[in-house]
Amino acid sequence: MRVPIDWLSEYVEVQLTPDKLSERLAMTGTEVARVFRHGPLADENFVVGKVLSAQQHPDADRLSVCSVDCGESEPRTIVCGAPNVAAGQTVAVALPGAVMADGTELGEVTLRGVGSSGMILAEDEIGIGSEHDGTMVLADGVAAGTPLSDVFAVSSDVLEPEVTPNRADCGGIYGIAREVHAATGAPLKAAPWAEDPGAATIATAPAGISVTVDDQGLCPRFTARVFENVTVGESPIWLKARLAGAGQRSISNVVDITNYVMLVSGHPLHAFDLDQIAGGELTVRAAREGEKLVTLDGEERALDPDICLIADRDGPTSLAGVMGGSRSEVSERTTRVLLEVAVWDGANINRTSTRLGLRSEASSRFEKGLSPEGALEAQAMATTLMLELTGGTLIDGTLDVGGEGPPAVVIRLRDARIVSLLGAPIERERSQQILEALGFSVQPADDGLDVTVPHWRRDDVTREADLIEEVARINGLESLPATLPLNRTGRAGGLSREQQLVRRAEDVLVGRGLCEIVGWSFADPTICDRLLLDHDHPLRSLVVIENPMSSAQSVLRPSILPSLLDAAAYNLARGAESCALFESGTVYRAGPSEAGMAANEHHGLGGIIIGPVRDPGWADARPPAARIETAHALVSSVLGALGIQWQVEDGELSFLHPGRTAMIRTADGLLGWFGEVHPAVAASWEIDQPIAALAIDIGRAAAQAPSPPFFSDLTSYPPLREDLAVIVPAGVSAASVVACVTQAGSPLVSRAEVFDVYGGEQVGEGRVSLALHVDFAAEDRTLSDEEVAPLREKIVTALKVELDGELRG
Amino acid sequence: MIERVAEIQKQAEAEISTAATSVALEQLRVKYLGRKAELPQLLRDVAELPAEQRGAVGRSANEARQTLEALIEAAAARFEAEELTAALADDNVDVTLPGSPVEAHGHHHLLSATRREIEDVFCGLGYSVVEGPEVETVHYNFDALNHGPAHPARARSDSFYIEGGGDGSEQTLLRTHTSPMQIRIMEQTPPPIALIVPGRVFRRDSDATHTPQFHQIEGLLVDEGVTLADLKGTLLAFARAIFGADRELRLRPHFFPFTEPSVEVDVSCFVCEQGTVAGGNRCSLCKGTGWLEVLGSGMVDPSVFAAVSEHGYDPESHQGFAFGLGIERIAMLKHGVPDLRFFYENDLRFLRQFG
Repeated sequence: MRVPIDWLSEYVEVQLTPDKLSERLAMTGTEVARVFRHGPLADENFVVGKVLSAQQHPDADRLSVCSVDCGESEPRTIVCGAPNVAAGQTVAVALPGAVMADGTELGEVTLRGVGSSGMILAEDEIGIGSEHDGTMVLADGVAAGTPLSDVFAVSSDVLEPEVTPNRADCGGIYGIAREVHAATGAPLKAAPWAEDPGAATIATAPAGISVTVDDQGLCPRFTARVFENVTVGESPIWLKARLAGAGQRSISNVVDITNYVMLVSGHPLHAFDLDQIAGGELTVRAAREGEKLVTLDGEERALDPDICLIADRDGPTSLAGVMGGSRSEVSERTTRVLLEVAVWDGANINRTSTRLGLRSEASSRFEKGLSPEGALEAQAMATTLMLELTGGTLIDGTLDVGGEGPPAVVIRLRDARIVSLLGAPIERERSQQILEALGFSVQPADDGLDVTVPHWRRDDVTREADLIEEVARINGLESLPATLPLNRTGRAGGLSREQQLVRRAEDVLVGRGLCEIVGWSFADPTICDRLLLDHDHPLRSLVVIENPMSSAQSVLRPSILPSLLDAAAYNLARGAESCALFESGTVYRAGPSEAGMAANEHHGLGGIIIGPVRDPGWADARPPAARIETAHALVSSVLGALGIQWQVEDGELSFLHPGRTAMIRTADGLLGWFGEVHPAVAASWEIDQPIAALAIDIGRAAAQAPSPPFFSDLTSYPPLREDLAVIVPAGVSAASVVACVTQAGSPLVSRAEVFDVYGGEQVGEGRVSLALHVDFAAEDRTLSDEEVAPLREKIVTALKVELDGELRG
Repeated sequence: MIERVAEIQKQAEAEISTAATSVALEQLRVKYLGRKAELPQLLRDVAELPAEQRGAVGRSANEARQTLEALIEAAAARFEAEELTAALADDNVDVTLPGSPVEAHGHHHLLSATRREIEDVFCGLGYSVVEGPEVETVHYNFDALNHGPAHPARARSDSFYIEGGGDGSEQTLLRTHTSPMQIRIMEQTPPPIALIVPGRVFRRDSDATHTPQFHQIEGLLVDEGVTLADLKGTLLAFARAIFGADRELRLRPHFFPFTEPSVEVDVSCFVCEQGTVAGGNRCSLCKGTGWLEVLGSGMVDPSVFAAVSEHGYDPESHQGFAFGLGIERIAMLKHGVPDLRFFYENDLRFLRQFG
């Protein structure tokens, strides 16, 4: 919304500069997006002139040489290009020195050999409309030399306030004036609807028209007045200038009046050509399936039964609260005008304008919910202008369906409650002064004030807290003390153990040289195919967005891996030689979840490494490329940091290399996977190197971490350490060898770890040698060789029997 | 005999003191203390002396031997230290070569680092951290938070709805703010509560200053006697912890459906003096205003408490405040990141500058 200060000043005596005023408004709840100048930068050197004579320019067909009285001792000679300039006209003149809207300063010029000492203005040259073809002719009766700004608003500073959605009353300049009054103390003048020339006609409806409202819920109030003998024509300059300052185009006097009154009161109006209303009957009703309406902008609109419209005998003629219909539009031929001011259900108007993609000045005001009483205020103000500017006469009577809103409520504002909500008192007198300035009426009460809410704040101020906000915002929050809340009950706060462990897991990966990324939750539905998922794979149950911004962002990612691949591909394409990345974030599958949430969400921790395990250095020229064992080591680091017991098993995942896929299993089930990305999947991201990858459900991992860890005595009795080299058939997994050793040596084997793998000639075809560190330990004694020897025998036997293994050497 | 011992000792001491190398010293050790040397021989012969001489001769010979041994040992230690020093001096490398193997140091994403920093400030103030679902229902995202039926955020042009996601208040959408957790937590936990909710949120907006996903931290504190002044103090503590000890706070009245009164919170700019930088130019960070808008907040609206009244929340006895801030915005302000897109491009050259 645009609020020209010049216009605002008609209702409130603005005393601050525009910048100071907008700062004050911002500090009392109305942000001002910007302040700008409409029209010339200054009013000086714009005056009224009388054309004394206009003669053909001797050397130019299209120019006239005019003698213009500008109220000075001598008339000025002004060369003018307008075809309509003529002696006797009263015109607007810019004198040399005038600074035009574009910042250029007018000088004395010579046009085709004739000196011109000023410029006779066309409308567009002074920011009113786009009319350039003709001189702007002013009404007679203003003395030559009168400053132009006395005739109309040549220029004004304009505020552009961002009205919050609760303040429907600030959709009009008078509402802003009331805010300025309350916020700055500037005197507020009477509302422009205080005098209603139609006041005497309110009791009855005008003859010859009828209005039926089918659903009062959609239309709480419908008022109408009828004007006859209306002459539709151009608006006076002052009105055009006002609308221009507010950013609106002048259309005709009748339409301009409706816009003008809306801009002041915040309440939209609509003028019908009464002779185009079939039967003089209007019905407010829901649209029927398949009904259509051509709106004022010439568009044909297909309606649905949720849309509210105004129909006459011939069908729909106006889109309620959003835009009029072209059929009943006011035209140059119009002589009888039906002026409608109604109140519509905000939610329905919002839905309609969204559904039709049609937002108008009217709909944006109606959707905030306007007060029924405001409708007659707008009628009053519009009536004054219709009588003044169109030559029309008011037909007796005011049609009113619905009437006023519910009676005003009275809310107690307790002094004590102000202190308890704000933490500082506001004097009762000050509260009263603020509330009265805002239009509330106030009666003293024992413990505070009884406050009656004016109709224009009916929906917004309904509780004591709302009143406290009013007095607090106008009183100012600058002086509010800054205190900390008491903590009587001793809340400890802090991160939960799970949250600490998630951080720990992330820190482990950072410590191992990985960079964290933040990927998009959005994904392309083709992601499933790119991951080579079977058509019935569980990851295919995607969360699908109904109204995505693009198809590439129309589902939520079912895995973190694609986000990591996206980031890797992005960096590799920009010259990165290697990538070690991780993300800690949400992944999504269609719900409902076990906990009853709408989707299955879990906190995933995923990582990938492409390229060498570390950057090559001068003493380490060729570090190995990251492979599955690199991912395995990272999983070990993360889960080890969390103290989680886990096992590896062979796995199968479509997006991983089939021979290099491992699943992470704990007592609680599968916790994730690691391996190398399938080359075909990598190729889909245009990556042609091995990609070591891992993914852990870190939310579940943190939840099952031992809490708190409990002491084991590992220091009092040192372990007995042995190394075993075992030759097993090539298909036997390291994990099964470790499990066999641990089980056979139970309970004294405290650790069994593979530290070397060898598959050369010496161990024979189809066989592989694994070297293990094995620790034997007990918590209550130091073990002797004699005690361990039989266990060692048991282990050797078990390896032989269970795995066809034999000790090497 | 005793004279002879003294003579040997004197001569040996003189030679040891002038020995120049550890080799020469070793020769002296053999010469005076070796198996064939005179002094040890003298000691061995003590037994053959007459009894009345044995004690005195033995003692003097023994003392002489110990003295010489000590002298040689000291000299040897000196030579060893000197030789080590010389050897180390020869064994030098170019210390300016880079470390190797190159152990890369990883980085937290700036958004994560900022989230942790903010979490830690509030943990220090006694807040807990909770997280909630990103796919929410209209009930928790709008209805229970007092959003009117015509609130623009509900529009399909503004929020992402989920396909097949139910009707009315049970319809599902991507949460547009972290505020739904206010309701979920109050349903589960009676007052007093103090918590923050970090998380990802979604709005249908994509331009220079908006991305369709971004990150917020919600704060909620409910207890007896909580005031707007307490909110101001809390946020001042936050602002000073994040942006520096000299920061001031400004509350501007505003409107949010789920707080009343509502305020927008500005922090005094940390790179300029009231809008002007050194040299008199207008500050580009705060655009010359001297203030940076950082978050929205307010006192919990009575109608929000009404939505959870059966869980022990009564607006007559309990009050609370809530606030919501954008992690991206805090990170951009604090670190001078000029464009939101950097956060989601994940360019390593960007990531490695932070965290």
